[in-house]
Amino acid sequence: MDTTLKVEDLHKRFGAVEVLKGVSLEARTGDVIAMIGSSGSGKSTLLRCINLLEIPNSGRVTVNGELIRMKPLPDGTAKPEDMKQVERIRSKLAMVFQSFNLWSHRTILENVIEAPIHVLGVPRKEAIERAEALLAKVGIAEKRNFYPNHLSGGQQQRAAIARALAMEPSVLLFDEPTSALDPELVGEVLQVMRKLAEEGRTMLVVTHEMGFARDVASEIVFLHKGQIEEKGAPREVLSAPKSERLKQFLSSTRH
Amino acid sequence: MDQASLFSLLSFGPDGWGMRFVEGLVVTVEVSVSAYAVSLILGLIGASAKLSSSKIARGIADVYTTLVRALPELLLLLLIYFSGADAIKFVLSLISEDFEDFEVDPFAAAVAALGFIGGAYMTEVMRGAILSIPNGQIEAAKASGMSRFLTLRRVILPQMLRYALPGMGNLWLSATKDSSLISVLGNTQDLLFMGYRASAVTKHYGFFYSVAAILFLAITVISMIVIRLLEARLNRGYK
Amino acid sequence: MDESLSFFLSIAPTLLAAVPVTLTLTFFSALIGNSLAVPVAVASLSPNPLLRYPSAFYIFVMRGTPLLAQTYLIYYGLGELLPGTWVQKSFLWPYLRDGFWYAIFAFSLNTAGYTGEILRGAIMAVPKGEIEAARAYGFSKGLIFWRVTLPRAIQICLPTMTGETILLLKATSLASLITVWEVMGTARQIQKVTFRVYEPLIAAGLLYIIMVFVLTRLMIIVERRINRHRLAPV
Ligand SMILES: Nc1ncnc2c1ncn2[C@@H]1O[C@H](COP(=O)(O)OP(=O)(O)OP(=O)(O)O)[C@@H](O)[C@H]1O
Ligand SMILES: [Mg+2]
Repeated sequence: MDTTLKVEDLHKRFGAVEVLKGVSLEARTGDVIAMIGSSGSGKSTLLRCINLLEIPNSGRVTVNGELIRMKPLPDGTAKPEDMKQVERIRSKLAMVFQSFNLWSHRTILENVIEAPIHVLGVPRKEAIERAEALLAKVGIAEKRNFYPNHLSGGQQQRAAIARALAMEPSVLLFDEPTSALDPELVGEVLQVMRKLAEEGRTMLVVTHEMGFARDVASEIVFLHKGQIEEKGAPREVLSAPKSERLKQFLSSTRH
Repeated sequence: MDQASLFSLLSFGPDGWGMRFVEGLVVTVEVSVSAYAVSLILGLIGASAKLSSSKIARGIADVYTTLVRALPELLLLLLIYFSGADAIKFVLSLISEDFEDFEVDPFAAAVAALGFIGGAYMTEVMRGAILSIPNGQIEAAKASGMSRFLTLRRVILPQMLRYALPGMGNLWLSATKDSSLISVLGNTQDLLFMGYRASAVTKHYGFFYSVAAILFLAITVISMIVIRLLEARLNRGYK
Repeated sequence: MDESLSFFLSIAPTLLAAVPVTLTLTFFSALIGNSLAVPVAVASLSPNPLLRYPSAFYIFVMRGTPLLAQTYLIYYGLGELLPGTWVQKSFLWPYLRDGFWYAIFAFSLNTAGYTGEILRGAIMAVPKGEIEAARAYGFSKGLIFWRVTLPRAIQICLPTMTGETILLLKATSLASLITVWEVMGTARQIQKVTFRVYEPLIAAGLLYIIMVFVLTRLMIIVERRINRHRLAPV
């Protein structure tokens, strides 16, 4: 199978603090990678470096075989050589945020068609048709003309997932998509994500939901202090952790 | 005319306009301060009226603030200026016939008009400030047996000042700028009037209006610094 | 009293005829001023000091000096500069001597300063996450500004803008001091011709109250429409 996303030796510093210390990972088409790790271990930073919301200091990110070209700067940071390329690649890596980040001045439907029309250049009519199908898929078709603030958190996050799917992305990036939700709303979002995994979508999911990681992920990655401490098949990693740190982490999360 | 001679027009000597502009600056500050004082008094009365239990008081205060906010300052200024003059003349004529040719001091009329306008905005600022004092504090004062007046003096006023200061600062800045309107009343000797006179006499309109504008800007800068200092002082212990 | 009423009626047509002038002044000054406010606000938030400082200075001067001084400066100052230049020979010259254009020019520049500052605050108040989402979906910088930041910022500052527009409507009365016969100027003209002090001012005042009332209603309707997302769902 093809490699959809490849991250090699990624480093990221904020001032003097090195938050990512050489992270590499690879997702082949259809992989669901669950990333776990304690707070501050650098999970969000890694996701944000992959689509260049943060600019990594060094390292390589390749999407669908296309390397994001970076130019090192004298002060030890780097910058993208070509913003057009970055924008194109970002449109292939759809991100779902912990706090949804729906555009609150647009209806749910408008949120879903916004980027396809203005970034991908999809004709409006076609974008609307696709958006309606996606909203039906995540179970909020009847909310299409509502504004985000009028929806529950779970509905907003499902709308955000529909917005991500509308880009027909190569990889879906999830950053703790259920952490901001009331416990009774977590299930509806996880169920949608499960469905996406079954469809064979390539996903990179930062999560604290161990049940989801165990049942759905093809691989679990444990990030600790900016490095990948352990990774492997869910059952092995969760039932027979090798590293002391992972053992500690698991015992602290399992109640 | 070249730069040097332009600036010589601003000299402080007998044929320069420098001294006149300084006088204008003083008049503008005097008018602003007096009008602001009037607006403070009207604002306190207005806010009390708006928060009072008397329907009539609330009604009058509402009409006052609504009217002032709907009418152009220039129109109000002229209206109050003329009617104030007439009212004073009328009262004086009752006292004696000697006052037939009495002329109202434009300064006093302008102050009254500007104060009346500022008072409406001040009413809203003070009303808002009083409302933002936590109710519990006023209740605590009542509970500890303080009289209404004592509560006003010891609890409400000092705290109100802190909430009202940003709005009051803005109103002071408006007062200094609005004071320029009095120049339309004629021989007012204020800053903008000096700009008008100097440029009409010398035909250097751009130059002298710029001078007036820069002096207004100076008033603003100094005011802003003072307001900052006051705010810092009042917010001690809160931040 | 009867006589006063008939006097009111006799000046009403003249004053009413001036209402469109006041409204035109307000409309064009708001349109031009608020449009100029966008680059002013953007520049004032720019990391580039060559944009930021001039813009901050512009806002400061517009807010720190009286509008009347600005109006005189532009009317008399430009009036002093323009004659003798090519402008005098151009076909625009007949218009350029008219106080009306100077008034619009002055009010627009002033509005750009006030609105620029308001918009600056509103842009800073746009939720970071919404901008980040746009970046994450491959929006270019320009697209983010026009499709997310600016519309959101306008929503945020709309209630303030209602008040500002009323202030502008009232401020157009200053045009009467540079020979523009809008409502205020017409009232003063009537004063001079009829030797009546109060009636023209009171009649003009009534017209301003009506205009302010109608404009406020209109702005509230616009605000409701644009800020639908904050209201209860239908
Ligand atoms: N923009 C930034 N500037 C400075 N430091 C940052 C910035 N963003 C993140 N950090 C720091 O980098 C470290 C990793 O942050 P990150 O958000 O990636 O952690 P995380 O694993 O996602 O944690 P959580 O589970 O709490 O979301 C933290 O110590 C954080 O304080
Ligand atoms: Mg995180």
